[in-house]
Formats: sequence, C-alpha cells, structure tokens
Amino acid sequence: MFGFFVRRLLIAIPTVFLIITLAFFLMRAAPGSPFDLERPIPEAIKVRLAEKYHLDKPLMAQFGYYLQGLSKGDLGPSMKYKDKTVSNIIAEGLPVSATLGLSAMGLAVLIGSLLGGFAALKQNKAGDYAVMGIAMTGISIPPFVTGPVLALVFGLYLGWLPTAGLDRGQLTFTHLLLPVVTLALPQIAIISRLMRASMIETLRSNYIRTAYAKGLPGYAVVVRHALRAAVLPLISYLGPATAALLTGSIVVEQIFALPGIGRQFVMGALQRDYTVVMGVVILYATLIIALNLIADLLYGVLDPKVRYD
Amino acid sequence: MAFSIPKYGMIDMASASQNARTEALMKTALEQQTVQGRSLWDDARARLMRNRAAVVSFVVLAIITFLAIVGPWVWPHDYDHVFKLKVGISPTFEDWFIFGTDSQGRDLFVRLLYGLRVSLAVGVVATLVSLVIGVLWGAIAGYVGGKVDELMMRIVDTLYAMPFIFFVIILMVVFKDFTTGKPALNILLIFVAIGAVEWLTMARIVRGQTIALKRKEFIEAAEAAGVRPFTIIRRHIVPNVLGPVVVYVTLTIPSVILAESFLSFLGLGVQEPLTSLGKLISNGAQDMETMPWTLMFPAVAMMVTLFCFNFIGDGLRDAIDPKDR
Repeated sequence: MFGFFVRRLLIAIPTVFLIITLAFFLMRAAPGSPFDLERPIPEAIKVRLAEKYHLDKPLMAQFGYYLQGLSKGDLGPSMKYKDKTVSNIIAEGLPVSATLGLSAMGLAVLIGSLLGGFAALKQNKAGDYAVMGIAMTGISIPPFVTGPVLALVFGLYLGWLPTAGLDRGQLTFTHLLLPVVTLALPQIAIISRLMRASMIETLRSNYIRTAYAKGLPGYAVVVRHALRAAVLPLISYLGPATAALLTGSIVVEQIFALPGIGRQFVMGALQRDYTVVMGVVILYATLIIALNLIADLLYGVLDPKVRYD
Repeated sequence: MAFSIPKYGMIDMASASQNARTEALMKTALEQQTVQGRSLWDDARARLMRNRAAVVSFVVLAIITFLAIVGPWVWPHDYDHVFKLKVGISPTFEDWFIFGTDSQGRDLFVRLLYGLRVSLAVGVVATLVSLVIGVLWGAIAGYVGGKVDELMMRIVDTLYAMPFIFFVIILMVVFKDFTTGKPALNILLIFVAIGAVEWLTMARIVRGQTIALKRKEFIEAAEAAGVRPFTIIRRHIVPNVLGPVVVYVTLTIPSVILAESFLSFLGLGVQEPLTSLGKLISNGAQDMETMPWTLMFPAVAMMVTLFCFNFIGDGLRDAIDPKDR
C-alpha cells in the first residue's frame, strides 16, 4: 500500500506540472493584457509595468520566472490589485469557498445516503419512486436555476433570508443557508442514486441473508451489516464530488455575490490577471488530485477486498 | 419491525412473473411456427418500450425538438426584433406574446425556441465530437494493447485530474475576442471546447469493453473460423461496445447542455442577440424581481429538456443492461 501511495504521488507531480504549463500558455495566448484599462495609461508607464512583471521578456523566460517563484511557494503579485499578492487573494477567498463547499458536501452526504438507503429498503414501492423522482429532479435542475428561484422565494417573497452578500465579511448561518442548499441539491440527488444502487446490491448478498437467517432484527442487519458495505462506493465518489462542488461554487458565488475564490477566478480570467488565474487553477488541481488519492487510500483501508499491486 | 424486508417474497413474485412471461413467449413462438431469432437489440427495444417514463420522454423531446427547429420560422415575431412599445409585458394572448417580452421588448416565446435550438445543437454536436474522439481513442488503446495502451490511458488519467471547467473558461476567454461579431465561430468554439473535454469517460468505457471482448470465446471462435479482423470488429466488437456507448451518449448530451448554459450564465457562452437556455436563465435571473416570467419559462424549458434526456438515458441503460434493475 505504501508503494501504491508513492507511485501515485510520483504520477501526481508531472500531472500538476502539465496543468501549470497548459494554463500558463493558454492564458498568455489570450489577446489583451492586464494593463488595458478603460482610461488608457501612458505608454511609458505601460512599459515600466511590463518590465516590473517581466512581461517584456520572451514567453519561455516568463515561464521560467514563474516556475522559479513557484518553487519558493510564491504565487506572484496580482496584476490588477496593486497592493495584493495572489496568496493574499486566495487567503481572503478560501475561508468563504471552503465553508461553502464543506457544508454542502456534509449536507449532501448526510441527506443523500439517508434518502438512498430508504429508497433501497422500499425498492419498487411508493417510497422508492418518490425518492428517485426527487433525485431525478435534483439532477435535472442546475444550480443557476435553483439559486435564483430560492433567492426569489425565501429572500424576496417571504423575506426570511438575505439574497446576496455577506454581513461585513462574516460567515453567518443565514447568509450561507441558501448558497449551501443550492450547491448541495445536485449532489444530494447523485449520492442518493449511488447509495440506492449499492444498498440494493448489498441487501442481495449472502451474508445479509445469513444475518437474517440467524434471527437478527431487521434494524440491526441494516445498520450494522448492510450500511457499512453500502457506503463504500460513496467514498470513491469523493473525488468527482469535489470537482463538481468546485465548479458549482463558481456559479453559486456569482448568484449570491459571495467573495469566494470561484468569483476571483472568473474575474481574473476576464481581466487577464494571469497570476490569479494560475494560482486558482494550481490550487484546485492539487485539491482534486489530493482528494482522489485520499479516496483511493480510504477505500483500501475500509474494503478488505481491495489490494494495491 | 419497521425494517422488515420482504425480499424472498419479491424474488418469488419476480420468478413467477418471469415464468409466466417465458411461457407466454414460448406460446407465441410455437404459434408462429417458424422460430424468429431475437437479437440483443430486439430485446432492448422491447424493454425500452415497456418503460413508460422513457417513452413519454421520447415523445416530449421530439415535440420540443420539432418546435425548436420549425417554431422560429413560422412564429409571427423574429427572435431579435425589439418591440419598443412592449417592453417587459407579462404573458398575454394579445398579438401572440404568449410568454410576454423580456426587458428589451423582445418576444420571449420565440427567443425561448431559439435558445432551445442553440442548446440542443450544442448538446448534440459537442457530444458527437466527444463520441468520435472517445471511441477512436478507447478502441485503439484497447485493441492494440501493451505499451501503446498504457501510454494512451495514462494521458487520459492525467487529463482526468484537471479542473476541466476552468480550462473551458480559459479557452472561452482566450478565443472570445477572435469570435466577436462572428456568431458561427463563437458557437463552433463552444462545440470544440466542450466536446474536447467530454471524451475521457467515453474512451475509458470503450477501452474496457474492447479488452473484455477481445478474450471472449465467440471472438476466438470467429478467429478460428477464419473471419477477417475487420469483419470481427464490425460484426462482433462494435455492436457489443455500442450498448454502453449509446447510454453514455444520452447522458452526455444533458451534461453538455448544462456546461454550455453554465458558460452562458457566466457571460462566456453565446453572444447577444443570439441566445441559449443558459443565457435566457441568466437574463431572467437579473429581472426576476419585476418580471418573474422571464426566469420561469426558460427554467421550466431547461428542466423538461434535461428530465427527458435523463429519463431516456436511464431507460436505455436498463434496456441494454438489465442486470441493474
């Protein structure tokens, strides 16, 4: 297992490097520069600015400078916000995005597995059809529909919850409730479908029949024996789920005007803030790779049938 | 106990109905005298036709597609015509503004049909792009095997780890300025950008299937009988790979439509006056306080379309691969 871990880490390094390279050269292929403003700045200042950020050098040299900084853990200065580095911007946005993502993930796993397990126990009965109907709805309605509709109903018509922004930068329950629910809904749907399928398969297995045969009450069989085996496939969904939540948070942060990383990324890409875009891509790629690896390792620990070789 | 599970009873019922069905089939077969062979696809079609949700979805989707293609031509208003005196009117039967107008005074109904047309086209074409790349990549990797297979699949693994939507966003930003004022180029870019990132799963599915099939007895038998390799691929491998591929294609279309809407919602997709479902929803979300219908109609249209594709995809999967039911 240790060998597997090391091998995966060794694969991860060229992967991250490839992502950095691709993002760097793609971003530079874009027409325009970070210094194209509404009010044009004098040519002399433009030249000095370009010099400061090494933008006057050949592209390969720029790439060298960037990697050099990166090896020291320096993501560089933002090219739009004169007094901020990319690390500053990420440090400001990360708490918002992380709270949003983790809450949504927790909510989705909790409700999704409960619903899925319930549907499996009631297979092909009214309860099952109801849950699967809800799940299909959750998959078919994207967050950029649920978000505005929820804001319209709970924010404007009922006036219970704020529709946008944060209270003086504070992460409060009322401000986060709608964004978290919006982000979690599609994941609840997917997780409940996964859970249902895996639970049905588990309930058909021999050892469950044995557990019934030796006279265990239904509750004990389900909770102590079936549930444990049935949640395993959910763990391997952890990686894709993270990717989906990161993507979703871009939209949700946009809808509810939350100052998270996703919003910074879109704005950075539109304004040609090269370093911010690079920083966010590197952060998210590392996150996805790390979570996929953790999921694989966890799976091996929990499922004795899996062997790494 | 609340959690009692009537599984044995159900199995009995299932096998009983299975027996009844088998008997009925044998009876019809006997009545017909000449025994008609039933292919994999005949069985699948029969199962699909019994799935009511999938059949209804087929019909609804056909109607939607027909309206999206024909509607904008026959409707009395143009999708980009501005009615200066009718800005933001609510749905009315007067003068055919059945879905009202948007904040710029354009007929929402015909814009919705136009948006559906664009979204469906993007969904189908981008999926085809991913289908071609994915099937070729997967089939070559699986069939050639060895070092080639390892290299090709390592590339897929690497690409899998990328935060894709970010690359699509960067791609859209990079080429956005080249395409302003050229709507055809803009849509082409969306096709390519989304299609190019959606092929990975397809490649994995096809490769896995190809490898599994290569070692099957019926392929060996065909080889032993001297069937030429090309004929083996055409007669035996392709039809057997097609099942999962068709299912995956049906499930890719809605995810592509979602991806395009996602881009349009962020202002990176199709450009005005052209429109798509995502763009309409994005505009509607801005005006929802004063003109809720501009959000509701596109949102419902999107939901119904995605519902249909997902139901058809699920139905196809159950029909082609019935062991999961």
